[in-house]
Amino acid sequence: MPGELVGTGLTKVFAGGARALDGVSFRAVPGRVLALLGPSGCGKTTLLRIVAGLEGATAGRLTLDGRPLDGVPPAARDVGFVFQSYALYPHLTVARNLALALEVRRVPRAEIARRVAETAEWLGLTDLVSRRPAELSGGQQQRVALGRALIRRPRLYLMDEPLSNLDALLREEMRAELKSLFRRLTATVLYVTHDQAEAMSLADEVLVLQKGRVSQLAPPGELYRRPANLFTATFVGSPRMTVWRGRSDGRDFLSGDVRLPLPAGLGAADELCAGIRPEDVEVGDGSLSDGLGAELELAEPLGDRTLLTFRVGGLRLRALTRSGDPAPGRGVRVRIPVAKVHWFSAATGDRLG
Amino acid sequence: MTFRKALTGLAVLLLVAWSLAPAVWQLLTALKPDDQITRVPTVYLPRPPTLRHFEALFSRKPFGTYLKNSLLVSGAATLLAVALGALAAGALVRTSERVRERGLLALLALAFIPPILLLFPLYEAVRALGWLNNPVALVLPYALLNLPLAVWILESGFRQIPRAVDDAAALDGLGPMRRLVRIHLPLAAPSAVTAAILVFIFSWNEFMLALTFMTRDARKTVTAGIASVTGSSMFEVPWGQLSAAVVVATVPLVVLVLLFERRIASGLTRGAVKG
Repeated sequence: MPGELVGTGLTKVFAGGARALDGVSFRAVPGRVLALLGPSGCGKTTLLRIVAGLEGATAGRLTLDGRPLDGVPPAARDVGFVFQSYALYPHLTVARNLALALEVRRVPRAEIARRVAETAEWLGLTDLVSRRPAELSGGQQQRVALGRALIRRPRLYLMDEPLSNLDALLREEMRAELKSLFRRLTATVLYVTHDQAEAMSLADEVLVLQKGRVSQLAPPGELYRRPANLFTATFVGSPRMTVWRGRSDGRDFLSGDVRLPLPAGLGAADELCAGIRPEDVEVGDGSLSDGLGAELELAEPLGDRTLLTFRVGGLRLRALTRSGDPAPGRGVRVRIPVAKVHWFSAATGDRLG
Repeated sequence: MTFRKALTGLAVLLLVAWSLAPAVWQLLTALKPDDQITRVPTVYLPRPPTLRHFEALFSRKPFGTYLKNSLLVSGAATLLAVALGALAAGALVRTSERVRERGLLALLALAFIPPILLLFPLYEAVRALGWLNNPVALVLPYALLNLPLAVWILESGFRQIPRAVDDAAALDGLGPMRRLVRIHLPLAAPSAVTAAILVFIFSWNEFMLALTFMTRDARKTVTAGIASVTGSSMFEVPWGQLSAAVVVATVPLVVLVLLFERRIASGLTRGAVKG
């Protein structure tokens, strides 16, 4: 199956000296979606543009099915790109927008017409093919942008935050549509996003980028269960993980007035960070065994669940509870399941154990 | 408020009158019988209007040929200036900020050279090339003298086109030339039309080079043609025929501008906003 993309040590330094990418390596395989996830400015779009050939890498190698892509012009790379801004041709109809790439490649007219019709039907654009982009809604424009990539049947799809310009409702709808579309594709998909929920739901594997470096490359589940460092731990998962910084006395972790038993085999770091996901925290009254005394600071209802912010032993702790549960009053206690705490070195931010 | 509105209306009216008066006077003079043109007290409206001057003009001079020459020269110069300007602007708009700014400033500096300075060198060149009475001798200078203007206008138009659209076209397989023709020019149509009209007007109105390089009647453009309208004696100025000639020479321009008025307006403001 063609479309295996391998990047090795990709580095990009811009003319001003800004280092957008720093030794990024990855492997994307056909039929699977690789999400590039990170906050704005982390280099994810730069990486996508380098793969497309719109930008050159300062150092590093890029191969598609074993053949190096250096010097191969964008049009010859066999990639379908979906731009964040859609970048449709405003002066052309939907049909011509879709057809342009095929016209340029001298595909016979009948074949173009057939593929335009097929693509339009696939995306529910059949009634709109003679309209211009300005006469379409945001969601429809988004579909045209998608169709322009699909119609070429490339080996590689590159998507640059394709859903970020849609409103929340439409975004969720399109996310589901994309998911089912990706299932039908046999090509490789690189999907850039800053939205961790989007990455988790769409991708088979996620490449988390921080300031141009790979923070972690793992399937979504593992990213959530075993974040490799503090950056990934706090970036993936919503609401965010609570992080306490403290030190080890060899047996226990100490931070503020809180003492948590350390699991065995963590190594000898004395400065460490404990990461606690809000959904792991148990909230109860005085009967909660080995709980910590807590004071409720803030309650944010999220629908079926409520996000609670406590003060515990001089520290702040967030917990997610089912909304049906009685609101905690005086004498509330919280319990932190020690087995579910994530441990990181305070010095490097790397996961321990 | 109504007072202010009235004042504004009055100002606009004055401005329009001020701008149109010479043209209207020219038209009236062209329609007056000879004895009414110079009579004191002034005769304002021709009684009765006559087309005699127009008939005389076309029977004495090959005025149709002049118009045709002007159309040919101005049209060719416009096409050339816009084509070359689009190539330059398309390249400039995608270079670095520094190169672009410097390139545009250099072009602006070129535009400051007074054309009269070029008259002698150009004449020598035209004679050496044997291009006297050859339309090319006008087309090339007209196009090149206007190139800075065309580049400036087109560049500001091209700059409005989002970079991503350009990238999308590159990925779709359009090379730089095809991007220019199929994406940039259609999207910057108002700028292209504005540039074309301005170059056309300049070329149509140019007099000095036309008079110098086109000595044979059959090759003269309309501005040089008007200059050759003389009276039967040294002391007679054929005001009526001159006015008719000016009207005939101006009408095509007016028609052209009215035709493209909307597009020019949006093209000019586009350039203005971008700065």
